[in-house]
Amino acid sequence: MLDAVWLIPALPLAGFLVLLAFGRRLGEPGAGWLATLMCAGSFIATLVVFGGLLGEPSEDRHFVQILFEWIPVGRLHVDVGFLADPLSITMALFITGVGALIHLYAIGYMHGDPGFPRFFVYMNLFIFSMLMLVLGNNLVLTFLGWEGVGACSYFLISFWFGDEANASAGKKAFITNRIGDWGFMLAIFLSFAAAGTVDYLALNEGAGGVAAITMTAIGALLFVGAIGKSAQIPLFIWLPDAMAGPTPVSALIHAATMVTAGVFLMTRVNPILAAGYDWVPDVIAWVGVITAFFAATIAISQNDIKKVLAYSTVSQLGYMFLAVGVGAYTAAIFHMITHAFFKALLFLGAGSVIHGVGGDQDMRHMGGLRKWMPITFATFIVGWLSIAGVPPFSGFWSKDEILLSAWASPGAQGKVLWFIGLVTALITAYYMSRQVYMVFFGENRALEDHEPVAVAAGEESSDGPPVAAVASDAGGHGHGAAAHGEPHESPWVMTLPLVVLAILATIGGGLNLPFGDSMHFLEHWLEPVVGENELQIDTSGAVQAGLIVVAVLTALVGILLAARVYLQHRAKAREPEVLAHAYYYDESVTAFVGGPGTRFFAGVAWFDTHIIDGAVNGVAHVVSGFGRGLRHVQSGFVRTYALGVATGVVVVLGYFLTRIRF
Amino acid sequence: MIAAALDVTPGWYLVLGSLLFSIGAYGLLIRRNPLVMFMCVELMLNAVTLTFVTFSRMLEDTGGQSIVVFVLVVAAAEVVVGLAIIVALLRKRPDATADDVALLEG
Repeated sequence: MLDAVWLIPALPLAGFLVLLAFGRRLGEPGAGWLATLMCAGSFIATLVVFGGLLGEPSEDRHFVQILFEWIPVGRLHVDVGFLADPLSITMALFITGVGALIHLYAIGYMHGDPGFPRFFVYMNLFIFSMLMLVLGNNLVLTFLGWEGVGACSYFLISFWFGDEANASAGKKAFITNRIGDWGFMLAIFLSFAAAGTVDYLALNEGAGGVAAITMTAIGALLFVGAIGKSAQIPLFIWLPDAMAGPTPVSALIHAATMVTAGVFLMTRVNPILAAGYDWVPDVIAWVGVITAFFAATIAISQNDIKKVLAYSTVSQLGYMFLAVGVGAYTAAIFHMITHAFFKALLFLGAGSVIHGVGGDQDMRHMGGLRKWMPITFATFIVGWLSIAGVPPFSGFWSKDEILLSAWASPGAQGKVLWFIGLVTALITAYYMSRQVYMVFFGENRALEDHEPVAVAAGEESSDGPPVAAVASDAGGHGHGAAAHGEPHESPWVMTLPLVVLAILATIGGGLNLPFGDSMHFLEHWLEPVVGENELQIDTSGAVQAGLIVVAVLTALVGILLAARVYLQHRAKAREPEVLAHAYYYDESVTAFVGGPGTRFFAGVAWFDTHIIDGAVNGVAHVVSGFGRGLRHVQSGFVRTYALGVATGVVVVLGYFLTRIRF
Repeated sequence: MIAAALDVTPGWYLVLGSLLFSIGAYGLLIRRNPLVMFMCVELMLNAVTLTFVTFSRMLEDTGGQSIVVFVLVVAAAEVVVGLAIIVALLRKRPDATADDVALLEG
């Protein structure tokens, strides 16, 4: 059964190739169904391999399937091989599972889009690349997948490239990711130079034998790669802009799967982190918790329904890095899984809302949508309670485990990390409640403003805004929703994934319950991969229970605070301008890069053209000058050549004569 | 006996070979007629083969003689190409010298 592992990436690849060739002919909705089927088939293949792994005893749960040797150069041997172990199969399970659901959803969401087949080409390519990333048995293959998902992310962010903003958002993601990729590449080179291999099993096994300083450098450089891909400070700026892509893309790539690749990578190389100096995990934990905190605060002032979720994703990824940093790899993966469920659910719910109101994303124009969209509303509530950390929803269990691990990590640092994490949880509950209240409760602000227009205009006129809507003093907003008419519930292909994800987000916490050792299913399952370096929690049961109570209370306080402001309107909404602008970080980067930075970059460019290129061109110049001088020897007179040969013979003979010893 | 007085040792053949080679090389350097130059090359080749045979005899090693066969084969091939070029050249310009065909200069 384990031999089926090659099928997991092969099916999406086949889907990609078929769609590339015949996608346009398949059209809508055939192309979407084919892509969905391929993804679902991949999920089934993953289940088969998962069953195979379960059949093995715990310590034998890794299986390597080498397809062929990819790069045989000198000492460097890179295989195209798959490593099926608990970690990679866990990842593959939710990538293909959630991926298939989102494919299904996208059939409904992308309905009527002229780029419908092209969308699914990219989606299947993405699933394939992501599976290569997690299943690859060496750093280079992971890097291939890493770049593949980056490229797909770029394609899909700029999917509606007719709009300049989307195209530049794609470029921003691509360029920001390059900085991280630079770290990843250096880490690959370094691990080959130091350990002579890029294979995970060999690398992790030999981690102890290589100098600690080298392992520190490799771990730190890999973390640079993870920062870029998983949108942590200081490279998080691309993720909020990535919301320019279609919503299924935001759900699949920019919430559930791709952005968690950094966490996966750190978990994969946990022996390297353990073999290096301690400051690297500390930095990871601090970067994670600071990102979690700042991104959560930014989310308070965002009005775009997807931007809130984007900053929320950045924040939740910060939690995962906090867990990785303190050595709680199981908690990181646990949160990754539950996050994939509830954040995909929230994004798809947001997409359903956007679809239902006709393309408007501004939450200030929504409100009261629970009347029109009961299924979306109910599932969104599940996602909200999950991310806010209300038991028994899945997000509560995983977030709680991360907070507990932070508390249990050694020294005062652990308590500080825990406290910041707790405050972040409060803010998370607050901004998510704000979103739910603004979107689903109260009165519909779009219909209020434009009731007569909405009834008259109907659905057809959505591309040409009615004159009345434009002329109204609604502050320039609202015509999208108004022209669209009444909000409506989405078709079943969109609501079915919502329901499935809602169920998963509800029960997902059952993977790893904190009641006794026998309930730690995920921990035991991941033990062969992370067991040796996993943080040992020795906190007493009473303290653990206390922490849980504190966490629940925090979540409730956050929800109630938001209810006071946005539901009952008893307090004035505090949405500081500085947070709406994300601390002006984006603006600062733009100002620097476009201002004083240009001089620096011009300097770098000068260095490149004059020194680097100069050296290369200089060598060529010297050689060609030398040749130009020598060329006159070639006179064309045969007798001159003959004389040259004769002279040469005489010289060589003369040389040998002087060396003869009689 | 004349034979006793005129004892032909391998040294004679070596001297003859070197003489022939020198004549060939000298001719190649001073003559301009392509046909004559070509003959000079042949002369040098044969001088070398003669030396090979001589050494083969002296050292009682058939390697030298087998080289001669190779040289003959290569020389035959070379004659085919060389003569073809020279004939083509002289047919076009009957009074051409080797120095006239110097277009392939650097």
